Amino acid sequence: MKTIEGTYSAETPLNTFWTNVRKAWYKFSRNRMSVLGLATVLIVSLLAIFAPFIAPYPAHAGRFVNFAEANQPPSAQHLLGTDVVGRDVLSRILFGYRYSLTMGIIVLLLVVPPGVVLGLVAGYWKGKWIDTIVMRITDIFLAVPPLVLALAIASVLKPNLTNAMIAVSLMWWPWYARLVYGVTSSIRTEFFVQAAEVTGASKAHILFREILPNCVSPILTKISLDMGWVILMGASLSFVGLGVQPPAPGLGTMVADGAKYMPDSWWIAVFPAIAIMIVVLGFNLLGDGLRDVLSVEEV
Amino acid sequence: MLRVSCMDRKSGRKEANMLDLADVKKYFPVRGGPLRRKIADVKAIDGVTLHVAQKEIVGLVGESGSGKSTLGYTVMGIHKPTSGELLFRGQDLTKMRSANARAVSKQIQIVFQDPGSSLNPKRTIKQTLELPLKVHGLGNRRERLSRLRELMRTVELPEPYLYRSPSALSGGQRQRIAVARALASEPEFLVLDEPTSALDVSVQAKVTRLLMALSRELDLTYLFITHDLSLMRNVASKVAIMYLGRLCEMASASEFFAQPLHPYTKMLLSSIPVVSDEEERLKPPRVVSEGEIPSPVNRPTGCSFRSRCREAMKICETIDPPLVEVGDGHEVACHLYTQSDS
Amino acid sequence: MMRNEQALFDINNLEVSFRVFRGTLPVLDRANISVFQGEKVGLVGETGCGKSITMKATIGILPMPPAEIPHGEIRLHGKDILSLRGEQLRNARGQISLIPQDPGASLNPVFKIGTQIIDAIRYSSSGKGLNKRQMRSRAIEILKEVGLPDPERNLSCYPIQLSGGMKQRVLIAMALVTDPVLLIADEPTTALDVTIEDQILSLMRDAVDRRNLSILIITHNLGLVREFTDRLYIMYAGQVVEEASTKELFRNPLHPYSHGLIDSVPKLTGEGIAEGIPGMVPDYLDLPPGCRFAPRCAHAMEICSNTPMMSQQGEGRRVACFLHGQEIREERGQHA
Repeated sequence: MKTIEGTYSAETPLNTFWTNVRKAWYKFSRNRMSVLGLATVLIVSLLAIFAPFIAPYPAHAGRFVNFAEANQPPSAQHLLGTDVVGRDVLSRILFGYRYSLTMGIIVLLLVVPPGVVLGLVAGYWKGKWIDTIVMRITDIFLAVPPLVLALAIASVLKPNLTNAMIAVSLMWWPWYARLVYGVTSSIRTEFFVQAAEVTGASKAHILFREILPNCVSPILTKISLDMGWVILMGASLSFVGLGVQPPAPGLGTMVADGAKYMPDSWWIAVFPAIAIMIVVLGFNLLGDGLRDVLSVEEV
Repeated sequence: MLRVSCMDRKSGRKEANMLDLADVKKYFPVRGGPLRRKIADVKAIDGVTLHVAQKEIVGLVGESGSGKSTLGYTVMGIHKPTSGELLFRGQDLTKMRSANARAVSKQIQIVFQDPGSSLNPKRTIKQTLELPLKVHGLGNRRERLSRLRELMRTVELPEPYLYRSPSALSGGQRQRIAVARALASEPEFLVLDEPTSALDVSVQAKVTRLLMALSRELDLTYLFITHDLSLMRNVASKVAIMYLGRLCEMASASEFFAQPLHPYTKMLLSSIPVVSDEEERLKPPRVVSEGEIPSPVNRPTGCSFRSRCREAMKICETIDPPLVEVGDGHEVACHLYTQSDS
Repeated sequence: MMRNEQALFDINNLEVSFRVFRGTLPVLDRANISVFQGEKVGLVGETGCGKSITMKATIGILPMPPAEIPHGEIRLHGKDILSLRGEQLRNARGQISLIPQDPGASLNPVFKIGTQIIDAIRYSSSGKGLNKRQMRSRAIEILKEVGLPDPERNLSCYPIQLSGGMKQRVLIAMALVTDPVLLIADEPTTALDVTIEDQILSLMRDAVDRRNLSILIITHNLGLVREFTDRLYIMYAGQVVEEASTKELFRNPLHPYSHGLIDSVPKLTGEGIAEGIPGMVPDYLDLPPGCRFAPRCAHAMEICSNTPMMSQQGEGRRVACFLHGQEIREERGQHA
């Protein structure tokens, strides 16, 4: 193909979205831990989505009692045993994953957009009054210990999953504001931003179409890592009675219930705890892998 | 000839200069202390008077710390001058209302120095080039696309490149896109801030050729900021040398290279590494450079170059030489040439 | 080669390749570069020609998982340093000093200048057994040698307090303080103004002459090599295409690429802007068969679809071009 500028173009693949995805996968897949993380997250997600079809005793996830089968250790009929009222632990864990993932997704959906917008605005007008106001508010929220904040909120509102999500959201958004603030304030002096300013582009365009796309990588990485932590936070709140209320099978709630029966009926608490660990670890590994892929420049 | 400055604001005159700077200053405050009050000024531009006539290519030459890039950005409106007048076709840029300012931004554009960071890595070339067209409302979608095609032809790049992102292009290709972006709104005046310094030598030649061809074909006027005097020898119609925020010499290109006057100019010219013996012979006798450029926060009293000047005299310590015309359009700021003038 | 003495530093048929997502890139193809005692040699080329790779392979900072060295040797005093390990390797590498590219980025911003120089002294072979005071006075001595004003005070300064030129002097000091036999200067003046460049070049020239060092200077600045070097190599797309004494090369460049390069530089004589070299540097995954420069060459012939050998053109002068020699290079089977 004869081109004006020479031989560069013909064979070089277009830098389309899918080429980038393939390149990213190549890099990602070379780290076994990252792939393990991704696999874990996918499996847990599938388990959660298809829980009603996979769980051996789906009814046990709701109001169900069968004292005849209570406190059974792990066996062929109940792979992970039964709890104090006879419910199958495995089935409850599968449904418990639903609560965990829901919590993670909803909290992040609530938290990321406002945090990002505030970070963009504060970072772009760094040094002006808007920066000071936004970042000081951010600092205030960050200064309060999260569990204390959650307890305070719970004492005001009824303890349930929704309010737990609200409580966690209120303490989570500042991290995204901070992250985006950092990226924005360093990018805004780059030539391509100045070029857009000089062209006369509106501020909205500059913030959302010039600067924001450059923040996506760190935001995605953080979201992935955060999923694990939000789930853990949710489980912690449930553990102290502020999140998922019994008889719903929240993983933290299950650990709390089962803790009373340790060490005799150890399976009631230990398996849900391991389930929490698996999902958190999975998201952490995935997030680490994403960070390695998204932040390193190609040779 | 065309040095007449257009102070009477009548922009309709045919001889109106494209750009007039009158004693433009730009100081950046240095804040310190617990109350962050101003303790000093970085005097990036300290009184520059310069005229750019239509279709001229003015080379603004200086080293780092000279303020040349700051001057370019001030002309573009990225910085507001601390004082002085900045006229574009007779209109005062500093006193414009935003509607007017937008119209002016169509006519003055800039090509930045670093091809790596002057294009947004997360946007395709098409999106980057379309922005000026969208902002100024130049045409509907179909018209914009056809204009983009035209621009790609103008900068000699294949049309499929529109759909790539900058990371798929080489440095030279990115600079061509930067030029295309600057041309999108059909400006009359371009500020070129070291447009080829970051490129390989063979690519520099091609991009420079493109810029020169465009200036002829599209009747463009350039303010060409650079540190490369050899380049200016072949490109500029007028050369101005900046040192520490002020002009120290200015002349038409032929005058300038035939008879450089200011000691700093001679130092610059004599230290250029050249590639042939003929060029060696053209260089002024070797002035070994000593010392470094002083900080723009602490301007020395008197002539700012005296700390490095072999020919410094007593008067240079106390009186700052003004820029004076000493020949046909040749201006120099040096006591060596102004004392014995009648 | 032509000279009877053994080269101090000798890169022999070095090949380097990079394994990336899209395949394997043969970035360095049988490079042959020598530096004799007391010589100033230039390694000239544009972006992507392989000169940085050559430097990194010598210093030992090539990232070895993606990079591989399938063939070739790098000899210092006759010994192949690529085959050394441990203590021997460290000793050999200690005799080569790098003056890195960007003074702003090459000094650690959170340590004082003094700390960094003294670190260099401490880990060098000549610094063994010196106590703190001796190391400090050696540091002051070397700073004086490179012309840094007020060395005692500058020892306690942080890099950010120094100008570009001063930082470059510090970097040169750090390179000299280990008593090397070979200096490698990687684009030593690219980030500097032309008047400062002048001073730094004088400094390097004096240091090399006074200590009888050899220096390999890597750059794309033709004016710089013309002023500074005795001999030079021109590289293109991972290959050395011409080798000549500096004077000879500028007087009469043989390879079309060398000629094009020199032509592209704007001249003070005011001949206008050159055409440049048509086309672009090839993609390493899509190299043309044979001579890598052929697609851009105005003199390309049919035979150019083979790889030319470096043919001798006189004392110390070689060029890889069928215009000047008809030998076709044998390939070593299939390149990976």
